[in-house]
Amino acid sequence: MIGIEHYVAVSSILFVLGVLGIFLNRKNVIIILMAIELILLAVNLNLVAFSSYLHDLTGQIFAMFVLTVAAGEAAIGLAILVIYFRDRGTIAVDDVNQMKG
Amino acid sequence: MEHVGLIPVIAFYLFATLTVAAGAITILARNPVHSVLWLIVAFFNAAGLMVLAGAEFIAMLLVIVYVGAVAVLFLFVVMMLDIDFAELRAGFIKNFPLGMVLAVVLLAELLMGVGAYQTGGLKLGTADGSAVAAAGATNIEAIGTLLYSKYLFLFEAAGIILLVAMIGAIVLTHRERGGVRGQNIAKQVARRPEDATVNMQPEVGKGVQL
Repeated sequence: MIGIEHYVAVSSILFVLGVLGIFLNRKNVIIILMAIELILLAVNLNLVAFSSYLHDLTGQIFAMFVLTVAAGEAAIGLAILVIYFRDRGTIAVDDVNQMKG
Repeated sequence: MEHVGLIPVIAFYLFATLTVAAGAITILARNPVHSVLWLIVAFFNAAGLMVLAGAEFIAMLLVIVYVGAVAVLFLFVVMMLDIDFAELRAGFIKNFPLGMVLAVVLLAELLMGVGAYQTGGLKLGTADGSAVAAAGATNIEAIGTLLYSKYLFLFEAAGIILLVAMIGAIVLTHRERGGVRGQNIAKQVARRPEDATVNMQPEVGKGVQL
């Protein structure tokens, strides 16, 4: 029998995979952005699962707004990445210290 | 909960396993192109999980927005930038122990929450019933009704967010390139026949001087 707990477990694992991805690929900002997408996917899965569980559509509406923000974030993030690469010739983000005061 | 057959259970475990496995390969793959492709697999299977939960609209949105737009954007950027990815993986082994410890702790905490919930669960209130799908309405119909009434302003705010993101991405990446022969429309429109042509009547046997 599949209950809400199963969905929460899957989205928890997905969330943790996203956090782990940020930790493991600290230099590669593309993978970091993908890991953020995984985290947002976990959030969406959770929202949809609870929406279905509570018979309340608010969760699905909210998942849609999360999707909107995720799409905008990916577009802006990749744009920043492109101009950073154009400027520096690399995307190693662990030595981004130009703004150090 | 009512009795369901074996097929949804099998489908759930299939989708769940594939989602988690694809997510793991996404963060572990050596080649970022493979990462993007596995991310697409993860999104497809998550969409399957959402269909199982009865949220067809969000599932289709996930496929269209993520697979159709975001993943392709990632693929585009990964392939456009000429990057030495081997060098970027240098810290992978060094960060692995700390990352694993953190991940295990985080996962244990989250699953502990689920376990604690199963033993009794807190009474944190229930849905107020203002967003319940009307009887007989399909998922898309119900979401549309709600989105264009109760959440109209939030919906428009989402549109503004997308507009700002679009303008931001264009402004950030746009650059003027020198040495390009572009079309000067104003100059073309302002050109008159008298600037461009002359009326001459040369004598026979003589050419015209241009």
